[in-house]
Amino acid sequence: MTGVNTTSRAKRKEPMTDAQLLMTISICIFAFMYAAAMIFLGGGFLKFQQIFDLLNDNAALIIISCSLTIVMIGGGINISVGGVIGLTVMSCALFLNNNGIQNGFLSILLTILLALGIGLAFGVLEGFLVSFLGIQPFIVTLAGMFLSRGLTTMLSVNPVKVTHEAFLALVKSKIKIPWLGYVAQNGNPIPAKLEIGAVVALCVVILVYLMLHFMRFGRNIYALGGNRQSALMLGINVRSTCFWSYVLSGLLSGLAGYVFLMHKPAGNASVAMRSEMDAIAASIIGGTLLTGGVGNVIGTLFGVMILATIQKIIALSPLNASWWQEMASGAMLGFFIILQSVVLSNRGKHKSKDKE
Amino acid sequence: MQNDAVLTMRGIYKYFPGTIALNNVDFTLRKGEIHALMGENGAGKSTLIKVLTGVYEKDGGSIWVEGGDKEARIHSPQDAQNIGISTVYQEITLCPNLTVAENMFIGRTNGEVVHWKEYEKRATELLDNLGIPARARQELSRCSLAVQQMVAIARAVDMQCKVLILDEPTSSLDEKEVEMLFKLMRDLKARGVGIIFVTHFLEQVYEVCDRITVLRNGELVGEYAIQDLPQVELVAKMMGKDLNDLANMEQVGQKSLGADEVVYEANALSSSESRPFDFCIHRGEVNGFTGLLGSGRSESVRAIFGADRVTGGKVRVKGKDVKITNPREAMKNGIGYLPEDRKRDGIIADLSVRENIILALQVMKGFFHPMSKAQMRQFADEYINALQIKTASQDTPIKSLSGGNQQKVILARWLLTHPDYLILDEPTRGIDVGTKLEIQKLVLKLAEENMSVTFISSEIEEMLRTCSRLIVMRDRKIVGELTGDQLTQGYVMKTIAGGDR
Repeated sequence: MTGVNTTSRAKRKEPMTDAQLLMTISICIFAFMYAAAMIFLGGGFLKFQQIFDLLNDNAALIIISCSLTIVMIGGGINISVGGVIGLTVMSCALFLNNNGIQNGFLSILLTILLALGIGLAFGVLEGFLVSFLGIQPFIVTLAGMFLSRGLTTMLSVNPVKVTHEAFLALVKSKIKIPWLGYVAQNGNPIPAKLEIGAVVALCVVILVYLMLHFMRFGRNIYALGGNRQSALMLGINVRSTCFWSYVLSGLLSGLAGYVFLMHKPAGNASVAMRSEMDAIAASIIGGTLLTGGVGNVIGTLFGVMILATIQKIIALSPLNASWWQEMASGAMLGFFIILQSVVLSNRGKHKSKDKE
Repeated sequence: MQNDAVLTMRGIYKYFPGTIALNNVDFTLRKGEIHALMGENGAGKSTLIKVLTGVYEKDGGSIWVEGGDKEARIHSPQDAQNIGISTVYQEITLCPNLTVAENMFIGRTNGEVVHWKEYEKRATELLDNLGIPARARQELSRCSLAVQQMVAIARAVDMQCKVLILDEPTSSLDEKEVEMLFKLMRDLKARGVGIIFVTHFLEQVYEVCDRITVLRNGELVGEYAIQDLPQVELVAKMMGKDLNDLANMEQVGQKSLGADEVVYEANALSSSESRPFDFCIHRGEVNGFTGLLGSGRSESVRAIFGADRVTGGKVRVKGKDVKITNPREAMKNGIGYLPEDRKRDGIIADLSVRENIILALQVMKGFFHPMSKAQMRQFADEYINALQIKTASQDTPIKSLSGGNQQKVILARWLLTHPDYLILDEPTRGIDVGTKLEIQKLVLKLAEENMSVTFISSEIEEMLRTCSRLIVMRDRKIVGELTGDQLTQGYVMKTIAGGDR
């Protein structure tokens, strides 16, 4: 009897989990929107380059959205990511312009370390305050946001444009994929171009996905967000898990800052302003619950792509104005949250019926 | 120290500021036995369990676990787990968002990488082995509470525990689920696991346990084999009263039939959770809703109080047509409701006893008519005395009170609003026998003072002792209204089961 049971159980397909369902919804919405844009707007949307452009323009946003997804799954929040990007961009730009190191490779390496170092410092500090002193993550990272913005302005009030040649060469270098390109009107083939930053962002998505699903640390984050007290009773080191999730989040925002600089090589006090809000929106649209325990970075990637596609569509449509963009993003977020709650509450009803 | 003992605790002391929670307590658990740990609230059961599981540090005494030649050192829940002591609590301490398999293995694997396939295989084996109706890849939140509890037990068993502590595992389960749990417990017993079973249900103790240790006021009363201690004597030992006193328990007071005046009347009242039903209650009457868990008894009274969305029906309070669609309107019409789930719907854990008592009255008055501090203090004192609430002061946060006393605080909250009609939904669940009795007495006293009371309890004897009219529900329908001679345990049971109808 036992043997039969085992096999029949193994074969039986489990219904989708909440996380999978929400992620599927966001992927479908993205596909639907993109298809609609191809049909009604045509133009750029018919070229593959459009997808690469979405990735190129939003690489930094993808990385901080992943960073937010991690802390949100753990039941926390981190609103200092945008500020950390600003600070990283400004300090790296100043360092590149003023360091006087002749070796291009060395100075690029040093700026990478600088960017990661800044992110790490913020992550460690915030992680310590949140997990070991038990302060509300919203407050801690709000302080982090003010601090990083203040430091950025302190470094330079005026915009700083990067003049370092080796770095600018790095900025210009792109990965060309001819078979995804198209032929211009004058007959020249134009390959599809992907920036290094976008590749980094995609790698981050994959690595974070693997980390969250196949590493003990990642699963502990889910447990932490699911029920903190239970996680403790299950023998998980709750404090250290929480701490390292913020460290990782900080590190990723430092990396996002560097990716941002590679896309737009100029520092400015208002760089990536409010991008933490976009990242939160992207995570939620991608199926991460603000209450913790449910989420997936693949969904988050599509969350970013949905927001980016809305922007592009509005830029190409007659409604091209920034307020339309914001209102459309807001409406999308609202729609998605309502959809989420409807879907989840419907599932709740099925659950109770199953029981009877 | 017996040879077959898996756990021996000797001379355990635990002090809290102002009280001795455990005073020289001994406890022995043998291999392959189910050992009930009994006592009223505040007797020290929970403290003893917490000392054993490392939540509290003991202040004196020693603990030995089989296989260890030295005293066991337990300073944290992890320490306890490592020497083979596992605990399954009343509240499920698993993560609802993870799968069954993951809940069984998370937090106790080495290595940084998760081997899903292996987890699932081992979990499936374990579930089959213990006969638990769950699938390894199922999300935990999709299992019933009983299955979740069993998954927690499976986790404990897989950790090669020698001592399994079940702390009130049955309080939120229905009969069938309890039966499933007991089967699992007997199974584990046969494999030589020592089980400590803490519960408030006396019948359950006699159904599965081999031995009973009774505590009272932090002291050991004694350890008994189950056959040597009849149920009545167990209660006597727990309460520290003579059997003569218990005879009085049978009749706590005169039941009240009530006057002719109808206080509350509902015609075809229905809500989002309950089917239409008719109901009325007279001034000074005590009646009760009974039926199995899920028969709709709580849902019905929630509809009366407007706690769920009311979807239809006519309501008359004292002869006047009124509309009650939310709790505030119910309160304005003189209806009070003590909810079933004390922790979720009733207490506000971090507020003081006083604030918890004042709450409903303040809502009634509206927040723009504040009461003076002196007035609040006076009210709080009055009811703390009247209901004999055991609390250090009225400023003590309610969460530090025992369950029975929390319940009394909420009762005080409603009494303070002087309702004409009070609904008590399971007011005695999870509280000790002595306090239960006090609450029953209080109900009858209130009825004497012309208050109408609807009383819901899972224990039929308790209802028979207090109610003059019993409304029996089955499958969300009222299937009978019993009065007078019909009020015997046998007849009520028959009506609930629907034998002769």
